Amino acid sequence: MVVLFVSGSCYWWNDVLNYKVVAFLLLVALSFLSLFLNILPVIVAALVSAFIWNFFFIPPRFTFHVNSAEDFFLLIGYFVIAVVHSALAYRIKQKEKRVQDEEQQVNMLKLYDTLLNSLSHELRTPIATIIGATDNLLMPGDKLHEEDKRSLLLEVSVASLRLNQQVENLLNMSRLASGFIQVKLDWCDVNELIYATLKHVEENLKKHTIQVSVDENLPLFKLDSGLMEQVLFNLIFNAIHYTREHSQIIIHADCMDGNCVITVEDNGKGFPPEEIEKVFDKFYRLRYSKTGGTGLGLSIAKGFVEAHHGTIHLQNKITGGAKFTIKIPTETSYLNEIKNE
Amino acid sequence: MNILVIDDEGQIRKLLHIILQSNGYEVAEAVTAKDGLIAAATNPPDLILLDLGLPDETGHVVLKKLREWYTGSIVIISVQSNESDIVNALDNGANDYIVKPFRTGELLARVRSALRFSNVQDDEPVFQFNNLYVDLAARLVKKADEIIKLTATEFSLLALFVKNEGKVLTHHYLLNEVWGSGYTNQTQYLRVYIAQLRKKIEEDSNRPVHIITESGVGYRFIMME
Repeated sequence: MVVLFVSGSCYWWNDVLNYKVVAFLLLVALSFLSLFLNILPVIVAALVSAFIWNFFFIPPRFTFHVNSAEDFFLLIGYFVIAVVHSALAYRIKQKEKRVQDEEQQVNMLKLYDTLLNSLSHELRTPIATIIGATDNLLMPGDKLHEEDKRSLLLEVSVASLRLNQQVENLLNMSRLASGFIQVKLDWCDVNELIYATLKHVEENLKKHTIQVSVDENLPLFKLDSGLMEQVLFNLIFNAIHYTREHSQIIIHADCMDGNCVITVEDNGKGFPPEEIEKVFDKFYRLRYSKTGGTGLGLSIAKGFVEAHHGTIHLQNKITGGAKFTIKIPTETSYLNEIKNE
Repeated sequence: MNILVIDDEGQIRKLLHIILQSNGYEVAEAVTAKDGLIAAATNPPDLILLDLGLPDETGHVVLKKLREWYTGSIVIISVQSNESDIVNALDNGANDYIVKPFRTGELLARVRSALRFSNVQDDEPVFQFNNLYVDLAARLVKKADEIIKLTATEFSLLALFVKNEGKVLTHHYLLNEVWGSGYTNQTQYLRVYIAQLRKKIEEDSNRPVHIITESGVGYRFIMME
């Protein structure tokens, strides 16, 4: 196209321009082409432009015939320069690509490293606790007080629950990564879903208060209750883990334009604005955040919500604290429709 | 009471053995499906704890073979987040299930309720727990000494729960028993009636103590502890 355009405009100016200048302009056009295109189209363009130059410009015009030896050499020279040029440009591009690939690989390795670091830390800490505590308990000779024994056993219990949580997260993550998630939609009472989740959360409560506000006449939604329970658990667990004692968590569910909308908000510090975009990334953890998470909870929540073709987003409230909003398009069924049978 | 544990994991067998024995049960162990079936046949236990993931044959196959002749209780042990497996086993004659990793209290509660179920089969139509009183024969339900009016469907759902006290009932089972075989996929009926029934019989319908949700599996009715 470019070749045709350039030669076309040169043809227009034919009276003014010498045909040798045309060759020069064509070469300029070609070198631009070789910056953006692959080697094959560039060579084709070089061939086409050589023929066009020959046919339309080199006297006698409108023949492929070349009169003088000078013109013949010019034509050959033109062609050779065009091909060499495109080959060189191609090689430069190849090299650039290789450098980029290498950079990407280095970045991947870095990510992998931080991932492994955080993971092994989160897995090893509870394991270390369990090994240490049980070693102590198994020590020959009864040196431990009854009270110490009990507190060691308590540590083991907490550590193993934490370990279980981490494994659950990893399994869910690999289910997501492998595309193995099958959403099994079934009628779901969101009120029941929230309270069932809270029952699991209770073990982790640290004097937080949880307030649930669900519309009395909320319809049933078609959701995968298992996945949604996990989503809510991760959001609530996150809110409990990263806010101070006695903080308040508010869960709200609503039906808006056929969407199931659930929000989970807290009155903690909220998220640093520059990191809000990244919190759903796999293995992402806030800078200076406290330990105890793998950085998987929120990305699993996002994955599960997206498996429902829904969205999840995070914002800081004006009054302080973070607010997660889940929005899932779904079928609804109102209770009153079958109430009076 | 005799309990047979069929599980290929040595640690789990040992753990179960210690927990059950220290609570007064006699425990026998089997490692494979084949050994489990033989052990059950030679010395029929009161209850079988069956792991679904056995090396030679799946627990589902063992369950089916056992149910050809064994009438005692079978409680399934399964790994977490495998609801369809659990529902499948329950619909194929397992009495209850417990997921690994389990808490000791939970395990003992399942075992107790399963054993109670296999022993007492004469109908005792009057139940009382906390503030709730149910007399099935008289079709009378009271909460804190106040009579509760239930619709016919609500009552048949409650009656089914009460008769299966302590046992988990799958969505499929409940729909089939109360609404009939054409309704087994109409889970919205179940959700609605469970919500209504909870409002009528629970102190706080959001934090139910009688009708317990077993996520992805079904419901469990609790009337004593």
